[in-house]
Amino acid sequence: MNKETSTLKRMVGHQLFMPIISLIIVMLITVVYKSLFGKDGVHLDLTFFQIQITNGHLYGYLIDILNHAGGLVILAIGMTLTVASSAGTDISVGAVSALCAAVCVRVLGRENVVADYSTGVYILAFIAAMLVGALCGVFNGYLVAYLDIQPMVATLILFTAGRGMAQLLVNGYIIYVRKESYKWLGSFFPHIPLPSALIVAMVVAVVMYLVLNKTALGLYIQAVGINKKASHVVGLNSKMIILLTYVFCGWCASINGLIKSSEIASVDANNIGLMMELDAILSVAIGGNSLGGGKFNLFGSIIGAVTIQALSTVLLSMSVESTQVPVFKALLVAAIVVFQSPEIQRWRRNRKARAAAAGKKVA
Amino acid sequence: MKEILTMRHIDKNFPGVRALSNVDFTLREGEIHALMGENGAGKSTLIKVLTGVEEFESGDIRVDGIEGPVINRSPEEAQKNGISTVYQEVNLCPNLTVAENLYIGRQPRTAFGTIDWKTINENAKKVLTDLDIDVDVTKNVEDCSVAIQQMIAIARAVDISAKILILDEPTSSLDDNEVEKLFTLMRKLQSKGMGIIFVTHFLEQVYEVCDKITVLRNGELVGEFTVEELPRVQLVAKMMGKDFDDLAEIKSAATETDNSHKEVLISAKQLGSRGAVHPFDVDIYKGDVIGLSGLLGSGRSELARTIYGIQNPDEGELFVKGKKVHIKQPIQAMKLGMGLLPEDRKDEGIIADLSVRENIIIALQAKRGVFRLISRKQQEEFADKYIDILQIKTAHRDTPIKQLSGGNQQKAILGRWLLTDPDFLVLDEPTRGIDVGTKTEIQKLVVKLADEGKTVVFISSEIEEMIRTCRRMIIMRDTYKVGELPEMEISKDNIMKAIAGGAEHE
Ligand SMILES: Nc1ncnc2c1ncn2[C@@H]1O[C@H](COP(=O)(O)OP(=O)(O)OP(=O)(O)O)[C@@H](O)[C@H]1O
Ligand SMILES: [Mg+2]
Repeated sequence: MNKETSTLKRMVGHQLFMPIISLIIVMLITVVYKSLFGKDGVHLDLTFFQIQITNGHLYGYLIDILNHAGGLVILAIGMTLTVASSAGTDISVGAVSALCAAVCVRVLGRENVVADYSTGVYILAFIAAMLVGALCGVFNGYLVAYLDIQPMVATLILFTAGRGMAQLLVNGYIIYVRKESYKWLGSFFPHIPLPSALIVAMVVAVVMYLVLNKTALGLYIQAVGINKKASHVVGLNSKMIILLTYVFCGWCASINGLIKSSEIASVDANNIGLMMELDAILSVAIGGNSLGGGKFNLFGSIIGAVTIQALSTVLLSMSVESTQVPVFKALLVAAIVVFQSPEIQRWRRNRKARAAAAGKKVA
Repeated sequence: MKEILTMRHIDKNFPGVRALSNVDFTLREGEIHALMGENGAGKSTLIKVLTGVEEFESGDIRVDGIEGPVINRSPEEAQKNGISTVYQEVNLCPNLTVAENLYIGRQPRTAFGTIDWKTINENAKKVLTDLDIDVDVTKNVEDCSVAIQQMIAIARAVDISAKILILDEPTSSLDDNEVEKLFTLMRKLQSKGMGIIFVTHFLEQVYEVCDKITVLRNGELVGEFTVEELPRVQLVAKMMGKDFDDLAEIKSAATETDNSHKEVLISAKQLGSRGAVHPFDVDIYKGDVIGLSGLLGSGRSELARTIYGIQNPDEGELFVKGKKVHIKQPIQAMKLGMGLLPEDRKDEGIIADLSVRENIIIALQAKRGVFRLISRKQQEEFADKYIDILQIKTAHRDTPIKQLSGGNQQKAILGRWLLTDPDFLVLDEPTRGIDVGTKTEIQKLVVKLADEGKTVVFISSEIEEMIRTCRRMIIMRDTYKVGELPEMEISKDNIMKAIAGGAEHE
């Protein structure tokens, strides 16, 4: 019995405990809500968990959430690394997403409605978008790492200018792409059952996990985030490491921009990635990562991102006005952040230590 | 004498560590009381428990003039109860000025309720001049040397009128002169009836100013003694739990040094870094142990840091094994076989949230490069090896290094550099905060490294320590290299004379 309680305790103490619990709570609330207020009166409604296959693609509530979460998950991964290395958030990711989408569509064609393009141009457009994303990252990273500008201030520049540049590229119009293949990234590739965004997010997550854990990069980023000077003395190129995390984050923003633009088969420079920087930062925080930099948990941020997307999707499906969704998000965040606050954690630790001491004396 | 503080049956556990068990401590009016023990014995914890930084599980604390048991929940509360503290890890705000740091939380106000900067700066200046500390009070603390920072922390604690003053290793980065100033101040406060708790690893200092000694070992009380009844040898025995001669000779007798046939490892020609160290010439031989001596701010650390590439040289040339090199980053120096243990442990040494294991392997990992990750198993072997060799007291190799006692953190950082197996190792204050037993071990290690053909540059405020280990001394003054002493001439007198002046700038 003793062993069981200690396993339980270890679970509760784990960094991923709160993120997972909040995700589960969001799901439970949905099920309860649907059961109570469903069209057919009160009965257990588990449609939330139903997944069906239509035309060789998976469909369902959960799939929908995961599909829409794809872009945010990628942003959250990028954001986790900038937070870890520089104790700072990159608030330009939303604007950079829009800019990259605009670049992509401009490479595809000059018209306001792009009707056709060759596969070669399609690939070229993607590469151009990613390059621009990475370049934005170089700009942000240079300001933060080499000029020592506060990350929030440094990335404020592209936060403000990014959308403007995107507007310039699209001349202020919404550009539509009328070719089926453009929608694939935001929905499904032919003959692939899983949504594309989910696949891309998983690939990014797995590759980053491997890069961070099978090379020393993960250790370097944490070390630099905790103590830049000490890291320099032990031979790490602190500035370069910080710069790299911003470049990666910029690249993540470009992928997010491409996904979001594909979802709506158009580029609306005003709306692509709007406010997503905040969701990305929230994902990092909900994942139990300290915004003070240093140690991080990629998986926590990913669960955080899914939780936020689940909450948005669920609220919208409960016909909560989209303008009111942020209120509920704020409530969730408040609860999680308070629970993880140092004061509460200290209180819990002390309680644990005292319990341990009492246990020892009895034994 | 009246007892002004009594602590009884204090228990404190950290996960996996019994930091204090059933410890008693008594402080009397007008008494300077040394709290002694090895690294990790529980000294700092006892102080943190008393001043509310940590909570304790059981025990009873009484303070004279206060009814009933006293439990401080924060250092501010302790201050209100008449206890003023300088913690081992100096905690000033680096980006505030000296004056702001002195008055933070108790700023004098003007008639309009705004902060009275003029008074703050004037008062600060006065407090510091009383202590003979020469520093611009409008300068940011981060721009001051560790020693000055320590003095500021002391000045701040002393300026708060209290009945009990606690100094946790206040002298670890001070030189003899500054220590003397501090002692004068302590005696003055003592004569006013203040009780002072003094933690130090310098035994001479205990015999110089203290009346009583309380010894802790492994979180338990060994006993309370008067200074007279506990001579040095016995004090060491009480602390370590065994007999130990910390003053035994560790290097072979001095010989006439003939460097002509020795292999030159590093040679600097008019190497200099503006504002930090004036252009200097130096030849460093294989198997040498060189002491860099001088007052704080004399450029003794900067000389070594310029060679290692933390401080970028802006003139002169550097040769390693006869080859001209341009070192701009520490990693380049490391690839050439160098290592440098920095003076400021908190700021440039430990990576606080990382584990002891990660802290030990990080330099070797950086040297190997990002793609050649040291396997987990090997990391553990390396960590265990140095935990064992250096007797690092830690609950586990994966414990965050910040949870170790100060001295044990220092040992881990030393282990980090030994692991990289450098040919040329700079040790800047390597024994800071380290207990007598381990200090001797480290000195022996330095001599052993040299016997193996490694070269060590040793920097220490403690001249005795350098005399015991070094085979050559370089004397620094006002950022100039002013002279060298061969082994035969190394003596306290000669060094002091050279530091103080006499010899002209080269
Ligand atoms: N925050 C903490 N968490 C866990 N263990 C701790 C923490 N602080 C101290 N300890 C442990 O408590 C023990 C006593 O540490 P303490 O800092 O009191 O030693 P000390 O006597 O001051 O040593 P030193 O001379 O090295 O400063 C050590 O084993 C240390 O690892
Ligand atoms: Mg201590």
